[in-house]
Amino acid sequence: MILFDDVSKMYRGAPKPALSNVSINIGAGEFVFMVGASGSGKSSFLRLILKEERPSAGNVHVLGQDLRRIPSRKVPLFRRSLGVVFQDFRLLPQKTVFDNVAFTLRVIGKSSGFIHDAVPDILQTVGLAQKAKNYPHELSGGEQQRVAIARAAVNKPAIMLCDEPTGNLDPATSAGIMNVLSRINASGTTVIMATHDSGIVNQMQRRVVEISAGRIVRDENEGGYATTTIPLGELDTAPIPVITEENSAVAEPTPLRSKSSSDPDEIASPFPWELRA
Amino acid sequence: MNLGFVLREVAAGLSRNLSMVVSIVLVTFISLTFVGTAILLQSQINQMKSYWFDRAQVAIYMCTDFSTLGGCDQLAASPDQKLAIEQRLTSATLAPYVERFYFEDRDQAYANFQEQFKDSAVVDLVSPELLPETFWVNLVDPQQSDLIFEAISGLPGVESVIDQRSYLDQIFALLNAGSLTAVAVASLMLLAAALLIATTIRLSAFSRRRELAIMRLVGASNRFIQTPFVLEGLVAATLGAALASAAVWGIVTFFVQGYLTEALPSTVFVTASDAFAAMPFLFMTGIGLAVLASYVSITRYLRA
Repeated sequence: MILFDDVSKMYRGAPKPALSNVSINIGAGEFVFMVGASGSGKSSFLRLILKEERPSAGNVHVLGQDLRRIPSRKVPLFRRSLGVVFQDFRLLPQKTVFDNVAFTLRVIGKSSGFIHDAVPDILQTVGLAQKAKNYPHELSGGEQQRVAIARAAVNKPAIMLCDEPTGNLDPATSAGIMNVLSRINASGTTVIMATHDSGIVNQMQRRVVEISAGRIVRDENEGGYATTTIPLGELDTAPIPVITEENSAVAEPTPLRSKSSSDPDEIASPFPWELRA
Repeated sequence: MNLGFVLREVAAGLSRNLSMVVSIVLVTFISLTFVGTAILLQSQINQMKSYWFDRAQVAIYMCTDFSTLGGCDQLAASPDQKLAIEQRLTSATLAPYVERFYFEDRDQAYANFQEQFKDSAVVDLVSPELLPETFWVNLVDPQQSDLIFEAISGLPGVESVIDQRSYLDQIFALLNAGSLTAVAVASLMLLAAALLIATTIRLSAFSRRRELAIMRLVGASNRFIQTPFVLEGLVAATLGAALASAAVWGIVTFFVQGYLTEALPSTVFVTASDAFAAMPFLFMTGIGLAVLASYVSITRYLRA
């Protein structure tokens, strides 16, 4: 389904590669957590899958296609089989919940008959059937993220990429979101989720891939968030292990939100929300 | 492609940038009006050329008792000399080029002169003796007046040979310069219009950047994303072209036909049909320019 073959990614002007010699194989229907410190390369990993970036070396295969061989005019077609969810929801404020989800289908030319079948269906799945006529600002954060998930899932994508989907939500709401994602995964969609939320990772017991300084340092099935490697020389920016109340056995990094704002990878959003002019 | 969706996007884009759209309409309107005026001026020149060049004659002025120019020595041309000219014009060498010619004697010339300057005091100063006898020659091809110069101008009793077209050429050069100026101004304004369209489309795209980002993310085709913007430019430019066409028609109907034709009744002027002939060109220029500018603009915006 997704195959990285010795992939490296250098950004222009950056001293160190964002990803170096990454090889990984993710099968159909898997649920994978990508964990790692901010700037470790998780976002670059997701962008490569989306063909937002091209690898500096190595090959990326997604859905049996070599991404290098997809001409740029075919990229839109390729992206229709992917769904993407962001930390900050990215809903259209002047459109209702229904229209936000329907927008995705309208712009890829689906008939209005299909839209009127598929949208209520997916809103039912994410538990928002009652809020179809509401506007995003009338919803809670959790509900807004459910709309975003509905938008990403409405076209039944083969792969769903989630970039810290619970990053702005409280633990109870996050659990609801994970519930929805699990349901979507159970229907056959491969879900790849970048996250800093240790509670979720530890609870779900799914495949965990840990990236540190552009390299995969851990890849275990039914893993936890526990991080064992702190690269030398990065101790000052590395997460501080603390014991939490939830799971005292596991050393857990505190998500340092204030710290991450100084990280260039966090400032520049992984997806071109604000298109550069 | 969902046509209703695209049209709604176009309407939303146009209403969101209303002031910019109005400025596009105005700039294309004015620049295309200049283009239309240049076209009208050119067809006016062509009409006048074909009208006057057909009537332009070569004048062979004979010596008078007072002329000192050419082969004259203050001695009027003799009947033999005039006969020689007539024979030369009907000779085998020149006859194929000469359509017809006639001889104007002093009394006819005086009558014509009086007719032409009847309101002027100069009439009283001129007597028939002062005016030259003239052979008026119409050529089969008015451009071959050189032949007459070579054959006639050296002959005895000939004061000078004048092609009337040489007077006309100066007038037409002036009119041509005017039409070229209009074209130059029009091209500058069209350039301004193209840049303005490109800027407006960028603004329009920027104000819809959220929608555009989602469209790109969920796999809307490039053509689907671009079409509303190209249509926006097209609608604005079409309005501008329509206004310019109306203005060109107005200029012809009210200024040329309504005023100039009455003021100068002996001159042929462009008619409304010339204005209608220019309109397709105005629309094609405006629409082509707008589509090109907005397409380039939105494509560059999306690629950046």
